[in-house]
Amino acid sequence: MGRMIDARKATQIAPSEDEPVLDLRAMTNARVALGRHGSGQPTRAQLSFQLDHARAREAVWRSVDTQALGERLNRAGLSVIKVESQAADRSIYVRRPDLGRLLTPQSVDRLHKAAADSTYDIVIVVADGLSSSAVDLNAIPLIEALVPKLHSLGLAIAPVVLANQARVALGDPVGEALGVRLTILMVGERPGLSASDSLGVYLTYDPKSGTPDSGRNCISNIREGGMTISEAADLITSLIRDMIQTRVSGVALKAAVGKHLDSQG
Amino acid sequence: MTYKTTIEQTVFRFDDLKTLLAKATPERSGDQLAGLAAEGPVERLAAQMALADLPLTAFLGEELIPAEDDEVSRLIIDQHDPAAFSLISTLTVGELREWLLRPETTQRQLEAVTWGLTPEMVAAVSKIMRLQDMITVSAKRQVVTRFRNTIGLSGRLSTRNQPNHPTDDSRGIIASAIDGLLMGSGDAVIGVNPATDSTEDYIRIVSLLDELREKLAIPTQTCCLGHVTTAIEAIERRAPVDLVFQSVAGSEKANRGFGVDLALLREAHGAGRSLKRGLPGASIMYFETGQGAALSSDAHFGVDQQTMEARAYAVAREFDPLLVNTVVGFIGPEYLFNGKQIIRAGIEDHFCGKLLGLPMGVDVCYTNHADADQEDMDTLLTLLCAANVNFVITVPGADDIMLNYQSLSHHDAIYCRETLKRPPAPEFEAWLAEIGLTDRDGRLRGMPAALSHYVQDSLLIGA
Repeated sequence: MGRMIDARKATQIAPSEDEPVLDLRAMTNARVALGRHGSGQPTRAQLSFQLDHARAREAVWRSVDTQALGERLNRAGLSVIKVESQAADRSIYVRRPDLGRLLTPQSVDRLHKAAADSTYDIVIVVADGLSSSAVDLNAIPLIEALVPKLHSLGLAIAPVVLANQARVALGDPVGEALGVRLTILMVGERPGLSASDSLGVYLTYDPKSGTPDSGRNCISNIREGGMTISEAADLITSLIRDMIQTRVSGVALKAAVGKHLDSQG
Repeated sequence: MTYKTTIEQTVFRFDDLKTLLAKATPERSGDQLAGLAAEGPVERLAAQMALADLPLTAFLGEELIPAEDDEVSRLIIDQHDPAAFSLISTLTVGELREWLLRPETTQRQLEAVTWGLTPEMVAAVSKIMRLQDMITVSAKRQVVTRFRNTIGLSGRLSTRNQPNHPTDDSRGIIASAIDGLLMGSGDAVIGVNPATDSTEDYIRIVSLLDELREKLAIPTQTCCLGHVTTAIEAIERRAPVDLVFQSVAGSEKANRGFGVDLALLREAHGAGRSLKRGLPGASIMYFETGQGAALSSDAHFGVDQQTMEARAYAVAREFDPLLVNTVVGFIGPEYLFNGKQIIRAGIEDHFCGKLLGLPMGVDVCYTNHADADQEDMDTLLTLLCAANVNFVITVPGADDIMLNYQSLSHHDAIYCRETLKRPPAPEFEAWLAEIGLTDRDGRLRGMPAALSHYVQDSLLIGA
C-alpha cells in the first residue's frame, strides 16, 4: 500500500489551528490528530479518505483476473479448474449470499470430470469474495508457500479451483464434487479503508454442502502489515495436520486434538 | 386470517399478518433475500392500504411467532399494558399515524401509551410513514436516562467515543479516546469493541478507560463491548465495569445465536447493578441491535427484518437500558443495499425505539460493499438530529480500523454542536468548559494542559 497518500503525513505539513501537537499518531494507525477547520477536516485529509474509499470500492467491484491468475499458477506447475457460483454478476452477488454458495451445473460437471481421472486428498479453492485486490496480491504467494508443505504431508493435491462470485461455503460443493477430504478456501475479505487487500483462509475437513460455519477453522487478515504469507502457511499446515489426525475441523478441533494427544500419551 | 385490498378491480390477498407486514415494508434487500418482499410498488401499496385499515386490536389476536416456541413473544405479551392501550385501542394503524402526528399529541400522551404499544404495532405504523412523519413524531418523544450524566434531553446530542484498536493495544485505545475528547466526543459512553474475547483483556480495557475517566474527572461512563458472560466474570473479579453490553435480536433463536437468553440478561443486569457505580437509580445496560440480525441467523420465522428489529426492542426495554443503539449500516448490502435503504432504516429504528420508550442512538455507518458513502451519512446524521436522537457514534476520521467500516468522525460531532446547535449532556458540557476544551460560547479551543499531561505522564495499564 506504499502508493497511498498518507492522510496523517499530509496534515502534518500544515496543522490547521494553533493546537499543541501531542503525538497521538505515534500511538495508533487510526486517523487521529487530523486537524480541523471548524467542523471540517483539512482538505487533504478529506480527499485522502475518499481515495481510500474509492480503492476499497474498486476492490469489491472489480473482478479477479482469473486468466492471469491461471497462467501464473500454470507457470508454477499447477493446473487449474475454473468454476462459477450461481450469482451471475457482482450486483447479484452482494445481494444474494445464498447464490454465492451454490455451483452452476456446468461447474459441477467440470469438477466431476477432473475427479474421474484421479483421486485427490485436498483442494485449494481461490474465491474472489469481497476483495479482488486481496486475491490478486496474496493468493499466489500463499499457494506457492503452501504446496510443498502439503506434499510433505503426503497429500495428493487437486488442481487449484478458481471460483468466481464465490462465498466461503462454495468450498463445500467443490470439495464434495472432487471427493476430497479437505478444502482450503482462500477468499478476499470485506475491505476496510486502511486495508483493502486482506485474504482470509477457511479450512474444512470432510466438506459437504450444508456444513455450518462452526465446522471450519479460519485464519484472517493475511496481507502485508497483517499476518505474513509464511506465518499463514505454517499455521495452515499445522491445522491440516491436526485435522487429518482427528478427522475434525471447526470449533471442535481444539478438544479433539487434546483427546488425541491424551490417547497418545 | 386473510387480509385483502381492491385497487381498480384487482384484488390483492395477504394470507396472514406477517405476510401483510412484510409486503407493506418499504423496499429493502434483506426482505428480498428472505423471499418476503412485495413483488413491486403496486402490491406494496395494496399491502400498506390493507395495513392502514387494520385495527390495532388485530395485533393482540394474531401471533407472528407462536408464544409457545419463543420467549420474546411471551415477553411481548407480558409487557403489554391494557390500561395504557385503552387510550388508543379503538384506532386503526392509519388512525394511529394521524394521532401520532397531531400537535395535541405531546410527550405526555406518547409517554402514556409506551407500554400499551407492542413492537408489532409500532413497526406497522412506521411502514406507512414517510421519513418526515417519523421525524416529526420522534422529535416529540424525549427519553432521558442517567448514569453519571443526563442523556437524551431535547435539543441535545450525546456521542459515544469509540476508540477501537485492531489488537486492543492500550496506547492505541487511549490515543483514539483522547482524539475524540479533544473534539468533545464521549458523553454517552467511551466504549471499546474488543478484538479478543478474553476476560483478561476485558478487565485491562475497562481499567484503562476507568483510569482515564477518573484522572480527568469526566462526567461520563465507560464500557468494553464484550459478551455479557465476560462482563459477569469481570464483575466477579471486581473490575470497574460501568455499563454491561450485549447485542440482542427479536427472537429467542436469534438471541441464542448471540449466546444469550432472557435469564442470562437478567443475571448480567443484576451483576452490573450490584456494583452501584453510577448515580442512585442509574441505568446500566447498553444494547446494540440492527435490522437483518435475525435473518442472518435464520431465526426470523418468515417475519420481515424491520418488525424483527422492533421485537428486539421488547428485549431491550425489559432491562431499563442507559443506551440502545441500532448499528444500522454495519450488517451489509444483503440486508440494506444502499444509502437510501440505510437512511430509512436508521430513521425507522430510532422512531420505533423511542415510541417503545428506549433511549435510542444510531451508529450512522456503512461498509465498503454497500452502495453508500459519507454523503449518505451526512444526510442521515442531519435527519437524526432533527428527530432528536439521543446519541451517535464517532471514531477518528470516520474510519474504524478494528471493525473495518465507516462510522461518523469526531468532526461530525462538532458539526452537530456548532451548525445544528446540539450541545452535549449538560454535565459533560460543563466539564468541557472547566477543563478548557471549550470557550464561553461552547466552541472548541485547543488542547488543554490536563489532557496532554495525562497522555505524557500516564503509565497506561497494560501498555
